Amino acid sequence: MLYDVERETMPRDELEELQLRKLKYLVEKVYYNVPFYSQKFKELGIKPEHIKSLKDLKYLPFTEKQDLRNNYPFGLFAVPKENVVRVHASSGTTGKATVVGYTKRDIQIWSELMARSFVAAGVTRGDVVHNAYGYGLFTGGLGVHYGAEMLGATIVPVSGGATKRQVMLMKDFGSTVLCCTSSYSLYLYETAIAQGIEVKELKLRLGIFGAEPWTEEMRLDIQKKFNIKALDIYGLSEILGPGVAIECETAQQGLHIWEDHFLVEIIDPSTGEQLPLGETGELVITTLTKDAQPLIRYRTRDITSIIPIPCKCGRTHYRIERLKGRSDDMLIIRGVNVFPSQIEAILLETEGLAPHYQIIVKRENALDILEVQVEIDEKLFSDEIKHLQRLENKLMRNIKEFLGVSAKVKLVEPRSIARSEGKAKRVIDLRKQN
Amino acid sequence: MKVEQISVFLENRAGRLKEVTRILAEANINIRALSLADTSDFGILRLIVTDQDKAKKALKENGFTVGKTNVVAVEVDDKPGGLNRILTILGDAGVNVEYMYAFVQQSGKNAVLIFRFDRTDEAIEILQKNNIKILSGEELYKL
Repeated sequence: MLYDVERETMPRDELEELQLRKLKYLVEKVYYNVPFYSQKFKELGIKPEHIKSLKDLKYLPFTEKQDLRNNYPFGLFAVPKENVVRVHASSGTTGKATVVGYTKRDIQIWSELMARSFVAAGVTRGDVVHNAYGYGLFTGGLGVHYGAEMLGATIVPVSGGATKRQVMLMKDFGSTVLCCTSSYSLYLYETAIAQGIEVKELKLRLGIFGAEPWTEEMRLDIQKKFNIKALDIYGLSEILGPGVAIECETAQQGLHIWEDHFLVEIIDPSTGEQLPLGETGELVITTLTKDAQPLIRYRTRDITSIIPIPCKCGRTHYRIERLKGRSDDMLIIRGVNVFPSQIEAILLETEGLAPHYQIIVKRENALDILEVQVEIDEKLFSDEIKHLQRLENKLMRNIKEFLGVSAKVKLVEPRSIARSEGKAKRVIDLRKQN
Repeated sequence: MKVEQISVFLENRAGRLKEVTRILAEANINIRALSLADTSDFGILRLIVTDQDKAKKALKENGFTVGKTNVVAVEVDDKPGGLNRILTILGDAGVNVEYMYAFVQQSGKNAVLIFRFDRTDEAIEILQKNNIKILSGEELYKL
């Protein structure tokens, strides 16, 4: 099934023509409306009229996550603020969140693309969609929500947490589609088993999992445990939210990226040079239709490749491979993006000290566990347990508050954190070895 | 009237306590009294030794985090009610005990109580007013 037959099966030459038209309009729009871009264009000696073909994209400047932070909160808006009807934000330490604004039209397009993604995954109006993505500043919850409503499916806006209750609701409401992170689905499974609920008796038939990378092995495991088809969805708040790309149920291989709205490139993350079609590198996205906060050549830091081979589902939009990793040190903990530098900033702010620390990420009972080990020095040390525990609790509270993710803080002896070649190894991710 | 105590941060894993005693043994330092407070992750070892400075230096050189605190050493008769009498005096005066530990002297007649108070000076004053014998550092190390 297709949601927008004309757009989704548009011949490639027509699609590229459409892209070029939109790109030209976009470049003009940001050049005259966003001071950040006019300055960047001027630095590079580029004017909107220089963009004559899609090949000229490579002359345009990149946009990085840091640029969003530097222009916090509304510096990258390309429309008057009164036209913005919603803002989302990703986690960040104080004042450093990345903010994204949406006009009414942006929300409309987002809902359409999410509905389109749902249909590609095989969701129909008759489905009951259990949405366990968090509702709030995070784009996951509301993005999925509006897409399901636009499609006409029944949405259960359960959000995150209260896992036992979630299992009960899935059973009682006869939910047929589950939307959450892949790791949370496994946690739901274990919770259901513990409650004596036979998971295969649930009416679930489809799972749409995103917000974190997952392996093919994990997919097979989830499909077997729930007796469902598990599909991968991709999105990022800076670009839109969920619904940027999705696997179709037909091929279940590679994620169709909606090219009538997003222009994609793969670059070498170290040189910034474009790579030939099909090669693996960093995904760079230009938003062709974003109204409130369009981005030119946004560096996603996600590593993947473009599959330029036509898909058997009939869609002409290229697919991207499932994500292979990151070109930076960002960690994804239960769907929340965490940078080691954010944790370091919190440690610094909490006691005004520069402690040695190490981040350990594990997976226990299918859930990501974030542990921050902090070396205790003489300034922090006390002969009283309560003072040290107060310090641990304070750090845990601040991490939860600023990053929106629970962490265990563990005080350790000095120099017990392994140093490699004189430089501290800050992150140990044990999930990859599983 | 205060006594110096050193405290050492220990991770809760096998061999760490032994490492402390090895360092002290090699530095020829005698332990007079000790107490170990533990949590699930870490412990704090509190020690009164014959030479605080030397012990602190040796432990620091071996990578331990070491603190120094003033505690109060009180001598009581080693008989029923000895500790109770002290705690009654302190409790009536509203002085809070953060932690304490005790040992019995070799003679067997007296017990020594090591106290950590939140308001140390006030506690000493109250104990002295009630004619409780407080040991100086010199006296304690020589026991």
